[in-house]
Amino acid sequence: MLLAGNPNSGKTTLFNALTGARAKVGNYPGITVDRRSAKLDLEGGLGLEVVDLPGTYSLSARSAEEEVAAAAVLGLHEPVPAAVVVVVDASALRRGLYLAQQVVETGLPTVVALSMMDEARSAGIVIDAEELGRRLGAPCIPIVAPRREGLDALRAAIGDAVAKDADLPDVADIDLPEAATEKLEAIEAVVEDWLAPETLALRRAWARWALLSVGGDELPDIPEAVRVAVDEATREDDPGPLLIALRYERIDAFVDAAVTIEEGAPEVSITERVDRVILHPILGFALFAVVMALLFQGLFAWSDPAIGLVEDAIAALQNLVAGLMPEGPVKRLVVHGVIAGVGNVLVFVPQIALLFLFIGILEDSGYLARVAFVLDRLMGGVGLHGKAFVPMLSGFACAIPAVMATRTIESRRDRILTMMVVPLTSCSARLPVYVLIIAAVFSPDQGGFVLFAMYFLSVIAALGAAFVLRRTVLKGKKPPLVLELPPYRMPMGKNLALNTWERVRSFLVDAGTVILALTIVVWGLSSYPRDEGVAAEYAALRAEASQVIVESGALDDRLSELEGQETSAQLPYSFAATLGHAIEPVIEPLGFDWRIGVGIIGAFAAREVFVSTVGIVFGLAHADEESAPLRESLVAATWPDGRPLFTPLSGLSLMIFFVLASQCMSTLAVVKKETGGYRWPTFLFVYMTVLAYVVSFLVFQVGTAMGWGTG
Amino acid sequence: MSNAPATSSGARTLADVKVGAVAVITGVEGERPLAIRLMEMGLLPGTRVEVVRIAPLGDPMELRLRGFHLSIRRDEARGLAVEPE
Repeated sequence: MLLAGNPNSGKTTLFNALTGARAKVGNYPGITVDRRSAKLDLEGGLGLEVVDLPGTYSLSARSAEEEVAAAAVLGLHEPVPAAVVVVVDASALRRGLYLAQQVVETGLPTVVALSMMDEARSAGIVIDAEELGRRLGAPCIPIVAPRREGLDALRAAIGDAVAKDADLPDVADIDLPEAATEKLEAIEAVVEDWLAPETLALRRAWARWALLSVGGDELPDIPEAVRVAVDEATREDDPGPLLIALRYERIDAFVDAAVTIEEGAPEVSITERVDRVILHPILGFALFAVVMALLFQGLFAWSDPAIGLVEDAIAALQNLVAGLMPEGPVKRLVVHGVIAGVGNVLVFVPQIALLFLFIGILEDSGYLARVAFVLDRLMGGVGLHGKAFVPMLSGFACAIPAVMATRTIESRRDRILTMMVVPLTSCSARLPVYVLIIAAVFSPDQGGFVLFAMYFLSVIAALGAAFVLRRTVLKGKKPPLVLELPPYRMPMGKNLALNTWERVRSFLVDAGTVILALTIVVWGLSSYPRDEGVAAEYAALRAEASQVIVESGALDDRLSELEGQETSAQLPYSFAATLGHAIEPVIEPLGFDWRIGVGIIGAFAAREVFVSTVGIVFGLAHADEESAPLRESLVAATWPDGRPLFTPLSGLSLMIFFVLASQCMSTLAVVKKETGGYRWPTFLFVYMTVLAYVVSFLVFQVGTAMGWGTG
Repeated sequence: MSNAPATSSGARTLADVKVGAVAVITGVEGERPLAIRLMEMGLLPGTRVEVVRIAPLGDPMELRLRGFHLSIRRDEARGLAVEPE
């Protein structure tokens, strides 16, 4: 059974109420539209799988994403459903009935759930549901899903529909003029060859669907014969507009017959009153700034204690396991590879959960549509969708949740464009790198300005990249904005919690596994191969310490110190060091030597790892960005010929590299998941890395030639 | 898609309607996929549309029709020929 309905029609609330929210969330193959399904128990022990279709205004489709609803209802790639429940918002009846009318035309058993009946009643809308059902040809059941009103009646109606004993008169089909009918029959003939639909009604519905969907579309599965037939039919006297007009004529007749508006209903709705403030040119922007500041503050500050907790728990677990396992390669793999990798995944969860909670509130309340409305012009200037604002802002905290947040954007092209530029916004993991370098090579009174310049550069880079990509790689007509501004509603806690949990789970399962695997790989690169001589030397030192030091706290400290020293001593023998040396000729024109190269390789696990990796390279394990010894080591570091390694110019070049380069494998893992393939993450990695290289190269070379900040 | 050349002959389109005014659509022009999308959202010849407001930055516009609120850009509104109610 399918659950279809307009966006904001209360479909998800009904789905959760009907099925007890035990949804399985999967993916439609090749695209990132969630496929939510759950079991519905009907009377008589009948169990049905209910699929919650993506919200849509019409079955007509122009892209693979939009095709999901039509493919499910009309039975492409899968059998036709046993029944379709169309959720129609009773307070916006005419719009919802268009979809219901399309579904009824398929001849499949259909039930209409009239949702939001409480809102309709308070707006003075009185609906004769039985009369509406008789005319439409599908039973109409009034419901208020949050209060579970009408759910038993709806279940009974679904049971009747599935058993095909709904007690309804046959409703005549839409009365198209002969010329239009002939044109549609020509399309039906090719549909027959294509899909051989089970019934005449389905064949007719496919032909009508093709008429309104094919042509100037990005649909993947349409056979050439169907394209030719639709093109023939629409070249002159296109019957499409007539079909739509006749559907609406019918709907208007239903509504006139079945709906009365009570006298004394409020003239101006609450939503309209609220919008006078929220969409006010001045008040509206002020409120918007406050909401976005709250969101940003939440992502940055409120997630911090939870992130700290995750980090502490992982460190505690590492200590615990380290104490239990014998020394050796297995222990090192478990402690520094696997457990650290799990930590690398879990550390994103607080921000993802918070962001999706916020977005859920913004979306369900109706505010997100207003954000898109207000910002469409501004974002549209560089080719971004109005709804790209929230992901872009979130990117300053972390690109992982921000990339996931692009799901609120319906058009695939707009979504991908946003995903391609979000990683340029300066995420919080870059901050420790800036702090370390600024402290090492700039004076305190320059520091603030340099830091600001890095954030400014990231904004310019993100907007500039959007501008360029929209005109090159993601070229194409700007998709039209046809955006409903739904009535304001109170978000429901249960829906928010479920949605947040589903996002977190999807991250853990799909992206988390990749991040874990890559963390282990990066750890392996920087830990192996090892030099046996060094290993033996430190084994001897450990044994000696164990004998000499009796007090256990002091022994632990000494062992931890030895471990850090050994890590530093082993590093020159590792693959990472070999790689660092190998790339030195490439990165030297940027002002970086092999040691910085090793840091950059380590930063691929997570940018802030640069700090600890560079610490290890300079023999200072456990260093952080505030560490004075590390800063001093950086200042003292030189090239073999004695020139200082870190100058204001090479520091600037390195920071610019960190602003622009795609160094975060977790971002790439999430982009792969969200775009459904390797194409876009590969593109992202290549374009950002090339951009970073070129800009750092120019800055360092021009700066050196001009003699800026070299000493 | 009534074939009156509303946009080319300088007749009014929905983009020219003042905030607060109500107009009746007389034709849906423009590229077929967009025209069909607008019509399926209820913007059909004969439909009464009120321009509720323009976004603070001058685009897009908010419309009220058939009991709900819809936002489209001026570019899209230019394809909708209208006459005053």
